[in-house]
Amino acid sequence: MKTLTHLERLEAESIHIIREVVAEAENPVMMYSVGKDSAVMLHLARKAFYPSPPPFPLLHVDTTWKFQEMYKLRDRMATESGMELLVYQNEEARAKGINPFDHGPLHTDMWKTEGLKQALDKWGFDAAFGGARRDEEKSRAKERIFSFRTASHGWDPKNQRPELWNLYNARKNKGESIRVFPISNWTELDVWQYIHLNDIPIVPLYFAAKRPTVERDGMLLMVDDDRFPLEPGEKPVERSVRFRTLGCYPLTGAVESGAKTLPEVIQETLLTTTSERQGRAIDKDAGGAGMEKKKQEGYF
Amino acid sequence: MTDTNTSSATPSGDAKYVVDDLIAQDIDAYLDQHQHKTMLRFITCGSVDDGKSTLIGRLLYDSKMIFEDQLAALEDDSKKVGTQGQDIDFALLVDGLAAEREQGITIDVAYRFFGTEKRKFIVADTPGHEQYTRNMVTGASTADLAVILIDARKGVLTQTRRHSFLAHLIGIRNIVLAVNKMDLVDYDQSTYEHIVADYRTFASEIGIEHFVPMPISGFKGDNITSLSENTPWYDGPTLVQHLETVEVLSSVNQEKPFRMAVQWVNRPNLDFRGFSGLIATGSVKPGDKVRVLPSGKTSTVSKVVTMDGDLDEAVAGQSVTICFDDEIDCSRGDVIAAADAPPEVSDQFESTLVWMNDEALQVGRGYWLKLGSQMVSVTVQQPKYKIDVNTLDQLAAKTLELNEIGVAEISTDKSIVFEAYADNRSLGGFILIDKMTNATVAAGMLHFSLRRAQNVHWQAIDIGRKQHADLKNQTPAVLWFTGLSGSGKSTIANLVEKKLHRMNRHTFLLDGDNVRHGLNKDLGFTEADRIENIRRVGEVSKLMTDAGLIVVTAFISPFRAEREMVRAMLPEGEFYEVFIDTPLAVAEERDVKGLYKKARSGELKNFTGIDSPYEAPEEPEIRIDTTTMSPEDAATLIVDTLMGDVQ
Repeated sequence: MKTLTHLERLEAESIHIIREVVAEAENPVMMYSVGKDSAVMLHLARKAFYPSPPPFPLLHVDTTWKFQEMYKLRDRMATESGMELLVYQNEEARAKGINPFDHGPLHTDMWKTEGLKQALDKWGFDAAFGGARRDEEKSRAKERIFSFRTASHGWDPKNQRPELWNLYNARKNKGESIRVFPISNWTELDVWQYIHLNDIPIVPLYFAAKRPTVERDGMLLMVDDDRFPLEPGEKPVERSVRFRTLGCYPLTGAVESGAKTLPEVIQETLLTTTSERQGRAIDKDAGGAGMEKKKQEGYF
Repeated sequence: MTDTNTSSATPSGDAKYVVDDLIAQDIDAYLDQHQHKTMLRFITCGSVDDGKSTLIGRLLYDSKMIFEDQLAALEDDSKKVGTQGQDIDFALLVDGLAAEREQGITIDVAYRFFGTEKRKFIVADTPGHEQYTRNMVTGASTADLAVILIDARKGVLTQTRRHSFLAHLIGIRNIVLAVNKMDLVDYDQSTYEHIVADYRTFASEIGIEHFVPMPISGFKGDNITSLSENTPWYDGPTLVQHLETVEVLSSVNQEKPFRMAVQWVNRPNLDFRGFSGLIATGSVKPGDKVRVLPSGKTSTVSKVVTMDGDLDEAVAGQSVTICFDDEIDCSRGDVIAAADAPPEVSDQFESTLVWMNDEALQVGRGYWLKLGSQMVSVTVQQPKYKIDVNTLDQLAAKTLELNEIGVAEISTDKSIVFEAYADNRSLGGFILIDKMTNATVAAGMLHFSLRRAQNVHWQAIDIGRKQHADLKNQTPAVLWFTGLSGSGKSTIANLVEKKLHRMNRHTFLLDGDNVRHGLNKDLGFTEADRIENIRRVGEVSKLMTDAGLIVVTAFISPFRAEREMVRAMLPEGEFYEVFIDTPLAVAEERDVKGLYKKARSGELKNFTGIDSPYEAPEEPEIRIDTTTMSPEDAATLIVDTLMGDVQ
């Protein structure tokens, strides 16, 4: 008699989900955002198909504003996993010079939401894995593991298919596509513990180090490259910081921290009193319903 | 932390399991401890006023799953839209979607997470209004345990019976009876005992042999994480203690014989061939004799492969890849099982169905059935009865509507590997999928194979369909004409048969009107009768192709699902859907039999195109536009297509 731990059960469930998609979808892809959740999802995909490499490509919808260290790890992991890496940048956003400093929410809309839709349409993917978790945010808690999107990538929260046992209905109507969330039932702590146990490579930004930062609107922002427009008199200050989530560097707040090892990061996570997405500007748009609204519009 | 001490809802400081000193003192030791946690999935059942969301909010709050910013938002929301005055309204934590917050109700299944040092918990939270059956069954399908909430002021209500019945139906054997809102009855022992006694009587009626009652207050926190001073007369466990120690299903499953549904065949190169899946029950190790079903072939396990290395043994609940020591046929949909204790294979079953779609069950229509990794076509007979979830009475039923539960016989077009749901959820639980809309329309549970399937054996015959066809020197096929009444089906079909006959082909024409004079004279024109009409014609066509014939059929056959059902009966490539495409206006103009006139006047009911729909083929093998092509040319095109394909 072997007692499975909660991480073993979560792992088995996620692998089961990933294999179902590959068995039933015609052209699946894995969204890869280079964050810790993506790292876990990619690791699970590699486990699901070992000794074969995962039979689908990785897709990075690039906003051109990610941290430099994210680009480095992205390229390394694609090579290590033996998977094809597709990078998509929204040309329209580039032509218009859309950036997070001057355009606020439009930056996320154009580079991420629109970029994602364009990428999925370009390659005709009918199923896209995403690393979202139900504990992240209230509207995620109600989303199915297999989440259907209309031809225009919209989400209809009131018209979701019931999901029973571990039976997933992957049959789709013309034009529909599926977003699949294999780590729906993981919490932030589960993700960290799993990374720890499996020694999964993550972006060093998750660990505390001296980094050049400025403080704006109560958020600590890292000056990651020379595109960061400093205001008159503003000077980057070296602070020991780390990041709880990773996105576009001008939109992602750092926390002051001395946690240099994974156990220290977990320790800090457990003792902390603010939720994970707090450091991200995106959830605050449109009041409390920000994420739900974004999802209806096609955001992951 | 923000200052919440002014709220009466703040937990008393004795919730010890939450803040673990070990985190601060020795994180490595803490991690080690937590890597050995197990997991329990449970569902909370209750109606709007039973305090369900409050209880879940409380569990999250007490286990520090609510962060400071969320708490600040919660306090803010509580004042604005809360129902607890100045106190924290925990329910707001779990009511996720904007629409629900405004209406003050939850509308779907949501999943919540919290943990103690012994276990991680996943809670399915389901709403308590009319969509209840569908949502609760969904939430319960993955649960090890159900918490049935009762309002201590109200006692056992109709809804309590409904929740208990559904939990029992879906196979949950661990039931907690949480008598909630004890604070509002002054923690009165006799009130509590009266409710427990009432429930016991009811529970035994529906077959719940064992349940664990406890007096709680989700709002005040009594007996949730620590025993309450307000109920000194209660000597059972707290809710969290019980949740931490109850046995989980995956452990029970390990003791059963080995079964694993094959999800995917892993073949990176010629030297490796493995079968990937999630072990449903039992365990497996190298050297084990296994049987692949439905073929029944046996083999021996050579390796159990994972990326972390080959395993000495794998158990129920693990996702693995299994290799055999020889090359036997095995693919997605097959089940690998212990060789000496294999599951059954059958194609007719008694089942319980929970209908989950606005469109009611169509008796006789083909649906997809998904069970494990098996996907087959299935038809459902008229239900034997449906169950009133409030009174538990068995009622006569012609169909099943949204949220109705019934017992019905089902037949699959291919044999499937199964076990009774009571013995094995993975091989007994299934979903039904509408072939047109692709919606998940029902959840089902198999009870047993019908005697008929076990006793009516397929007679092995020496002269098979190949011999029949060879003698006739032809390839059998079905040319299935579909189109509106008056579209020209019979005319063109007749010409086609004449042409084939002249080419010395052995043919047979089945015509709609003619069949209704004999084989199908007991059928009318309701939707159900039309479906049965086509099913019978499909079966007859299949027998005729077995006899080597080229069959030509001319039926309106208005529903896509039925045409697809016939297609699925035949070997691939033998079914030709011939769409005689005549616009309604043109057919009505012709009105050869005067039927449109009768239908328009209301004399004739259920007439296709008038008051009954025609679902045009989406991708027919052959499409004939009768407005641009003569019947003679059409017949030539059809014969040429058929001959071109078969030679």
